[in-house]
Amino acid sequence: MKAESYDIDERFVFSDGAKKSVFTILGIGLVFFVIGIISLAFGGGEHTEHALAFAGGEGGGEHAAHGHGHAYSWTSRLKVNLWINNIFFLGLTIIGVFFFAIQYAAHVGWSAGIKRVPEAFGSFLPYITVLMLVVFGLSYHEIFHWTDESLYDKTSPNYDEIIAGKKPFLNMPFYVGRMIVFLVGWFLFYRAMRKQSLLEDIEGGTKRFWKIKTLATLFIIFFAITSSVSAWDWILSIDTHWFSTMFGWYVFASWHVSGLAAISLALVFLKEAGYLKFMNESHFHDINKMVFGFSIFWTYIWLGQFLLIYYANIPEETIYFMERLESDYYSKFIFFNLFINFFFPFLAFMTRDAKRKMTIIKIVCSAVLIGHWFDFYLMITPGTLKENGGFGFLEIGLAMMYLAIFIYVVANTLSKAPLIAKNHPMLQESLHHNI
Amino acid sequence: MEKNTHFLVGIFGDQDDLLHGVEDIRKKGVKIHEVFTPFPVHGLEHALGYERSWTPKAGFMFGFLGTCLAITLQVGTMVIDWPMIIGGKPYLSIPDFVPVTFELTVLLASYGMTLTFLFVRGYLPHTVPRIFDIRSTDDKHVMAIDLANNSLSEEQIRSILKDAHSEEVYRRDFTEEENNPSFIKYVIDLFTNGVTRSSRIAHHR
Repeated sequence: MKAESYDIDERFVFSDGAKKSVFTILGIGLVFFVIGIISLAFGGGEHTEHALAFAGGEGGGEHAAHGHGHAYSWTSRLKVNLWINNIFFLGLTIIGVFFFAIQYAAHVGWSAGIKRVPEAFGSFLPYITVLMLVVFGLSYHEIFHWTDESLYDKTSPNYDEIIAGKKPFLNMPFYVGRMIVFLVGWFLFYRAMRKQSLLEDIEGGTKRFWKIKTLATLFIIFFAITSSVSAWDWILSIDTHWFSTMFGWYVFASWHVSGLAAISLALVFLKEAGYLKFMNESHFHDINKMVFGFSIFWTYIWLGQFLLIYYANIPEETIYFMERLESDYYSKFIFFNLFINFFFPFLAFMTRDAKRKMTIIKIVCSAVLIGHWFDFYLMITPGTLKENGGFGFLEIGLAMMYLAIFIYVVANTLSKAPLIAKNHPMLQESLHHNI
Repeated sequence: MEKNTHFLVGIFGDQDDLLHGVEDIRKKGVKIHEVFTPFPVHGLEHALGYERSWTPKAGFMFGFLGTCLAITLQVGTMVIDWPMIIGGKPYLSIPDFVPVTFELTVLLASYGMTLTFLFVRGYLPHTVPRIFDIRSTDDKHVMAIDLANNSLSEEQIRSILKDAHSEEVYRRDFTEEENNPSFIKYVIDLFTNGVTRSSRIAHHR
């Protein structure tokens, strides 16, 4: 894979062939999805045989005592899956913007030529914002235990002192307000940076570069706070009694490594389709170094969170891992999660040559993406569906549909602007990148 | 001619001259002993045709050794020799062992790889550095060509170096004493005369 002669004005063409492949993914996903729905609706669910294993534990006990049990029908499973995919694909989207911002804040030169790719990821933000709000509006009752009004009512048998104590933070107006502020804030930052980036193509000079740098720095500060709080809001609050101070970092680590893997995969596919001809092994080495490094970072955070809870052995903290490790159904996912997100990329990406070979990049980055989907699956499902979680056609189909829509939107945006930012002040460094 | 004794030294002022020069000189069949640069020059190792270093493999092996040692240490002490219940955990509690295993892996991998590199390159504590031209730490790139390694004559190599835009070419013969330097003498010299004068090889023009 060597750099070839390139056209500085090249544009990505979202060809009919590529569109066909995207619609094929969407079609297969839809078929799987429908099969999954039908088999669940008429087959009575796959995992109803699982009894509540934690009748004595906090999760089960709370529900049994409060008579708050949901009927875990296929609709709950569908809603939970919508939420998992929302969070996962929002992660890919926002990490595209975050990566873009980091490149400017740190004056990174090597990535100047490829910056349009992470930039295009951000265009999924308005769609995912709508999806987040709609899915939340439809399914908050099934996903978030704390939305139950009776928990805060002292006269009700459902009254929960701990959850009632969290009311100043976990109440509907503030929660939805935060959600809108975060999502819209991210989108506004993205739109401003994108606008400046496109203007740079026309005007040249360094004025736009410095403007994007200011915006990027502000965005990083905003994202540092909001990514943490959004992780508490959207995932941590599912297990309302439980808390972990590392959770914001944990979700961010998972998002970041999957976002980097997605950027890397997009670059590989673009290069193989004959675009970005200036790219050489060094560019791939650099981006995949980060995939390698951040899979270790994710493991560090994962283990840090686990180890502290394991050492301290306080029941109200261990319940989170008890629900997962002691469960017949979820325990295998924990080990699968560690294998595919740590051991596999760690060993496969360790050598220098592995980070430069297209085949290995494709295998490892796809594995990281699948692995982190399961990471979010493991964060969200046990708290919402308890022992009735499952993995089947519904999950695969829905994830494929989200993927197809995500690819379609990103590819569509990519085709709207020149693929190489020809007036980027550090473009030459990127074109002659050599490590 | 004796090896490692008679050298032709070429001085390059510009890194692009050096990079293209190295390629030209190697194309003409001259074997280059070593190039000393004041700062890292991108692509020089490719131009010189160096193989990839095997030290990362050594690093991996040392790291793996560290993992094994750490597990042996912890299992040996905490499980086999003197089992203790800590925090109500089983004797063999893998998560507890992870931090120590990680630290020992990193420790042995980094130290092992560094020491392997120093040992293989001969950078031992008593090594006296061989300095071809003191300006290689200042602003010049210094290329050393071992005459005994090359079949071409000195005059031919001189003209090849000149063609490659070398600013200055001179012959550098190491004496018997310089080839087998005394470390003690070197240290004494270093303290009495300072770095630039040590081993009496500075500014050989």
